[in-house]
Amino acid sequence: MQVSKTPTATTVGSLNSLRRRWRLGEKFIESWIFLAGILSIIVLLGIIVLLFKEGLPAFLYTPPWEFFFGTRWYPISEPPTFGIMPFFVSTLWITLVATVISVPVGVACAAYLSEITPEKVREIVKPVIELLSGFPSVVMGFIGLMLLSPLVQSTFNLNTGLSGLTAGIMLSFMSLPIIVSVSEDALRAVPDYFRQASYALGATRWETIWHVCIPSALSGITAAIMLGIGRAIGETMTVLMVAGGALAVPASPAEPMMPMTAAIASGIGNAVRGGLQYQALFAIGLILFLITLAVNLIADRVLERQKRKFMRT
Amino acid sequence: MGLRCNNKLGWLLTLFIVTGLFIGLAGCGGTDAVATKTEQGTSVTESEQGMTGSIKIVGSNTLEPLSVLWAEEFMKMNSGVSISISGPGSGVGIAYLIDGTIDIAQASRAMKSTEYDQARERGRDPVETVVAMDALSVVVNPANPVNELTIAQLSGIFTGQITNWNEVGGNDAPILAVSRDTNSGTHAFFKEHVVQMSGTDKEDKTLEYGPKVLMLPSTKEGVNQVAKNENAIFYPGLGYLTDEVKPLAIKKTAGGPAVLPSVATAKDGSYPISRNLYYYTHGEPTGIIKSYIDYCLSTDGQKKVTESGYVPLK
Repeated sequence: MQVSKTPTATTVGSLNSLRRRWRLGEKFIESWIFLAGILSIIVLLGIIVLLFKEGLPAFLYTPPWEFFFGTRWYPISEPPTFGIMPFFVSTLWITLVATVISVPVGVACAAYLSEITPEKVREIVKPVIELLSGFPSVVMGFIGLMLLSPLVQSTFNLNTGLSGLTAGIMLSFMSLPIIVSVSEDALRAVPDYFRQASYALGATRWETIWHVCIPSALSGITAAIMLGIGRAIGETMTVLMVAGGALAVPASPAEPMMPMTAAIASGIGNAVRGGLQYQALFAIGLILFLITLAVNLIADRVLERQKRKFMRT
Repeated sequence: MGLRCNNKLGWLLTLFIVTGLFIGLAGCGGTDAVATKTEQGTSVTESEQGMTGSIKIVGSNTLEPLSVLWAEEFMKMNSGVSISISGPGSGVGIAYLIDGTIDIAQASRAMKSTEYDQARERGRDPVETVVAMDALSVVVNPANPVNELTIAQLSGIFTGQITNWNEVGGNDAPILAVSRDTNSGTHAFFKEHVVQMSGTDKEDKTLEYGPKVLMLPSTKEGVNQVAKNENAIFYPGLGYLTDEVKPLAIKKTAGGPAVLPSVATAKDGSYPISRNLYYYTHGEPTGIIKSYIDYCLSTDGQKKVTESGYVPLK
């Protein structure tokens, strides 16, 4: 704000009214932002409350033990049975495949971007990789269905290309951008004098990356991996399309399977509001929510630790 | 804040979540029935120019191509009418009808008594109209040497007791049984009439689809799988048959005649897996809904049934 050095009465008066008007605008915007913030929190809490309210009654019909460890899911039979073990194991397999592929590739890519490539290339490549996360999952599913599943089928000599393996590979592409982006940030947060010290001791670039940069950024990289896993666990459309949807507890990732998200998506349309199947699907949603919450909380903790570590140094 | 605020938000939340879930289902056919209640909610105004209004139809994936054809013709004749159709599965349509969010549920199976009860609890009165018939073909890849199966063999395949094609006269190759998911009326119909062998002397209500059976979200995807996979077997409606798959002749009993699915064999009842296709409305249809269903049942409408590969009523 500019104030003239010798203010006359009139300028002071107009300045005051201007200030008052500003203050009003400020108040308005402040409350607007407050409202937006509080709304998102309330909506979130509401979703959680709804999940519990609709999901918990499922355990009155199926005891929690049977619900978790039951292997038979026949929601439209008389009487219906709800056991989610097949879905849970499928989710584990698919997430495992996605992680095994995306972590080495993602971390290597992050190391390349932050340690090796010149700034100009990085400025182009990183946004492009981040753009990859913007692909609609239905498109990824379609690619998996048309291109990847025949390839997986012939390569591994399977009975069908619709399998957890195919789904896991597609999901690895989808969690890759998160892993690359967050690990790259973590690697760049490693202070430069670490590298300089390493080089000064005669380490090569590879040794510097492997023994200095990656270990120092490890908590950030772990967080990146957790976020990537969170993405893979929650993904629905792609796995619904390519995982095959068999109801057996899969013994290997090469079998067709139905993870928890796909089970919800493929059953909810058929479920009448408040019915047994509806409650059981909400209960799966509740469990899924708790899993991703745990994964994200761990990621958050680890990220926090990384920040504190460099604040001290 | 407190209670009042929470109530309002409760509504908002339900809306959010329901829309979210629908988006999840969008791949199985874009659904445009959102959670807005339209109890019989079509605005019907008959004027001299003709009828205006809109009809929302959701349900069977099997009936979808036929409904689309009917709707297109009906809209051509009545430019003021708009009809939206989506086919995520009969169960979905019936659930929406019970929840009151659509005008017509199209179904490839009859409504269950439990579903009627649920509808009545919510003060609705579903009325059934048979609009066409369909034969459920059982298809394999053209490279598969098997040409006919009995209902009992099919049941064995889909319950997982028969796992190799050589057990039913084919090559030594594992069977890949492909099914629709539980949203589908075809899934439910096939379960009752083939898996559980209802209507034969071996009927067993405790039989279920085997755990290795693939559950796919659309009929077309199942047909594609069979077209690509020599060992796959699937059960699309007659309207979904293409040159890339081979329909099997079905024998009701081991000694009986093997019958190929066709309009003629379904009509005379010799093909064992045929069924009615239904429209369910809120109460007796009135206004444009009545005109639309009347058109479907008319000679012109039933001609479209034959054209699109289904079995007409007359």
